[in-house]
Amino acid sequence: MSLKLLRLFGSRNATAPVARERLQILLAHERGLLGQSDLLLTLREEILAVVSKHVALDPDKVIVKLDRGKTVSTLEVDIEVPNNFDKSKAPVEQRMAG
Amino acid sequence: MAKVLVVTSGKGGVGKTTSTAALGAALAQIGQTVVVVDFDVGLRNLDLVMGAERRVVFDLINVVQGVAKLPQALIRDKRLENLWLLPASQTRDKDALTDEGVGRVIAELKTRFDWILCDSPAGIERGATLAMRYADEAIIVTNPEVSSVRDSDRIIGMLDSKTVRAERGERVEKHVLITRYDPARAARGEMLNIDDILEILATPLLGIIPESQDVLKASNVGTPVTLNNAESAPARAYIDASRRLMGEEVAMTVPVERKGLMNRLLGRRAA
Repeated sequence: MSLKLLRLFGSRNATAPVARERLQILLAHERGLLGQSDLLLTLREEILAVVSKHVALDPDKVIVKLDRGKTVSTLEVDIEVPNNFDKSKAPVEQRMAG
Repeated sequence: MAKVLVVTSGKGGVGKTTSTAALGAALAQIGQTVVVVDFDVGLRNLDLVMGAERRVVFDLINVVQGVAKLPQALIRDKRLENLWLLPASQTRDKDALTDEGVGRVIAELKTRFDWILCDSPAGIERGATLAMRYADEAIIVTNPEVSSVRDSDRIIGMLDSKTVRAERGERVEKHVLITRYDPARAARGEMLNIDDILEILATPLLGIIPESQDVLKASNVGTPVTLNNAESAPARAYIDASRRLMGEEVAMTVPVERKGLMNRLLGRRAA
């Protein structure tokens, strides 16, 4: 109880940054899923299309995250590639694309 | 030029109805002709917050279905002669609203009023989509809390895709209104701060309404908070927001409660 009280007054207990981080990750994902027109969705789809030409991917394992900083922003692309990937399994239309 | 403004949020209980009433009254006080329209069919509450619950005879559904004419359903505010209410039905369900019918009512309201404020129901279903359908502008009411911000993001996506303006390739002008904000908790890192919310939602800010007991006091007596105590912190924040809606440049501050003694020492600040 007293520990809780101590933490209540300490800055270590700042939970807002956690909320912010969770929201940013969640919304970057949801915006893509909901098919809203925005930069991340476009990027995600195009990256997925390019990589799928060569590697069969699970579309859910492609995560594109944009972190807006004050002076620079970073674009983080996280693609999970299965070890036993088979090029021939990539969708035909995407192999032809581009 | 009449403006159709939807007050929406996705999440319930964040202050859509309070904000609709407060902003409607604030706009009427500066001389605009305003109607506030309750789209929450089956769970109407704007009449109660406006103090007009005993004067409801006809409602939006009656007008949409042609049972009543618009002037029969409009209720004039007893305090401000250029403020009107179009209540929702308490007994019907939201399926009684049709896209075409709502469009007709909105078009008729546009010939009579400067501002048409549509109080959206919570959720993302028919009532909410029809409330935003004909909007020129939108206020997204957001609490500094994760579930509210997430739902606001969802609603922003709908405003950009499901409105008549969006379908025509035009933009709905969107504003975030942050309500129930506690600057002290935000400073301690216990609450999302304004910059966090705006960065996440990437939408401009209309105003910051501080958490305040005056909001409940005003709804208890059925008076928009801007009329009940215009000097209170939330009232001043809503009045500033209404001036921004009118295109005025008003410095963004979080009004604080004035204590009795301080109030007397500092004198009254013009709103």
